Amino acid sequence: MAGLTLQLLGLQLFTGVALGALYVLLAVGLSLIFGMLTVVNFAHGAFYMLGAYVGMWLLMHGVNFWLALALAPLAVGLLGLAVERTLIRPLYGRGIDYPLLLTFGLSYIIVEGVRVVFGNTGYPVDTPEILQGAVNIGVGYFPLYRLFVIAATAVILLALWLFLERTSFGLIVRAGARDPQIVRILGVDVARVWLIVFGLGTALAALAGVLAAPLQGVIPEMGGPILAEAFVVTVVGGMGSLVGAVLAGLLVGVVVSMTSLFAPEMSRVAIFALMAVVLLIKPQGFFGRAGLMS
Amino acid sequence: MLKIRGLEAWYGASHVLQKIDLDVARGEIVCLIGRNGAGKTTTLKSVAGLIDKVGGSVEFEGEELLGLPAHVRFHRGLAYVPEERRIVPGLDVRENLRLGLIASPLKKRETQAIREASMIFPRLAERITQSAITLSGGEQQMLAIARALISQPKLIMLDEPSEGIMPVLVDEMFELFGKLKSQGATILLVEQNVELALAIADRAYIIDQGAIVHHATAAALLADAEIQEKYCAV
Repeated sequence: MAGLTLQLLGLQLFTGVALGALYVLLAVGLSLIFGMLTVVNFAHGAFYMLGAYVGMWLLMHGVNFWLALALAPLAVGLLGLAVERTLIRPLYGRGIDYPLLLTFGLSYIIVEGVRVVFGNTGYPVDTPEILQGAVNIGVGYFPLYRLFVIAATAVILLALWLFLERTSFGLIVRAGARDPQIVRILGVDVARVWLIVFGLGTALAALAGVLAAPLQGVIPEMGGPILAEAFVVTVVGGMGSLVGAVLAGLLVGVVVSMTSLFAPEMSRVAIFALMAVVLLIKPQGFFGRAGLMS
Repeated sequence: MLKIRGLEAWYGASHVLQKIDLDVARGEIVCLIGRNGAGKTTTLKSVAGLIDKVGGSVEFEGEELLGLPAHVRFHRGLAYVPEERRIVPGLDVRENLRLGLIASPLKKRETQAIREASMIFPRLAERITQSAITLSGGEQQMLAIARALISQPKLIMLDEPSEGIMPVLVDEMFELFGKLKSQGATILLVEQNVELALAIADRAYIIDQGAIVHHATAAALLADAEIQEKYCAV
């Protein structure tokens, strides 16, 4: 009995990490965008959903999974560029609530647009053949596709880390997140950096959407709950902190999956309880800097 | 080189600069002196492109700067070392220096940048991998100056470089300014430490309540205790 429970806990832990991986992809994008642009992007969940739909549409049209995994984020990322350039840019310097309200409205438009094109009901998405089945991970059999989600997220995070730490553009992003004025007086066109960061963030959200599609199918409303959870992750990890987003994302994923093992109906509540506890102890989150919102 | 005519600036509704006229010729050190809140920093920021609401004209090498974004002014050869927030806290010394090169029109290598920086301030080279936030105030100022110099700007604007810095480092810094001048650098300097500034400057402008109230050679001002008393006493 004890062995079985341990086994169950072990498997549930992996399930939590796989779920957390999706949170991490969303939260990292949110955090990048907030850290650089001070935009609280309420359309992030809609971009996630859009990524899932574009991925599904590509798969339906015979595009193979790997190509869809690359093309969907690319397409949504391009849309993100257009959104920043035309809608968000005019709002810089007007305070945090303007872009917040804009992206909030935009998310409704995107969701309605998807409903118009694809209908109100959702679609199942097949797991790609090569990733079907389960593998023994020591504590028992675990779905191969979930392992793939974890691995893909790890690869993306590694690439993102190399990009931020090793490239000139990454250096600008890190410096600009701390102090946009310094990079401006050192000759950097900050507006261009913001544009690219917004596009990158939306592409990451779309990638999470494509990865999530085989796990849960696609429906127009899929971006809502996960956006709330991703916000919890950024708050727990500390607004604007990428390391915080990664750790908090995994933590929230594990908390959800563990809670659902014992009290499934409590799993959503557990996320917010966790956030409340963290905020009471550390109001700026794990790695947040105080006063970022002011 | 720099020709400011009728420069005006506003913060919201408050009119902080009123028709400033100021010239800096190539190879000169020009000093802008005045009390706190007189408009010194705003003048530099307006030239650097960090104030949104400005009027008048700022010509740099015969071309109008007003209306150009800050990063383009840097590309034209204008460097600005602000009074506050000089370094980027999350980065180490090397990364801060590299930042000065990224958008520079000169395509130099990182190693060369570090070598040059260490020729300017050897103590920076000794602390090259240290997080910039662990440097003392004076070292942070040196880092900001070195970072500005790496791009080989035509004009350097320095805002209160001696502010909050140990006297021994202030001397080292002003020694550098003197050396830069002898190498032909052009500097627009805002400085509270009037005697020190006038000692290396060619000319000085005195600003009070957003307007230039006096203009003379540095030597004449140094000798004029009355003017100094009137506008420079903190």
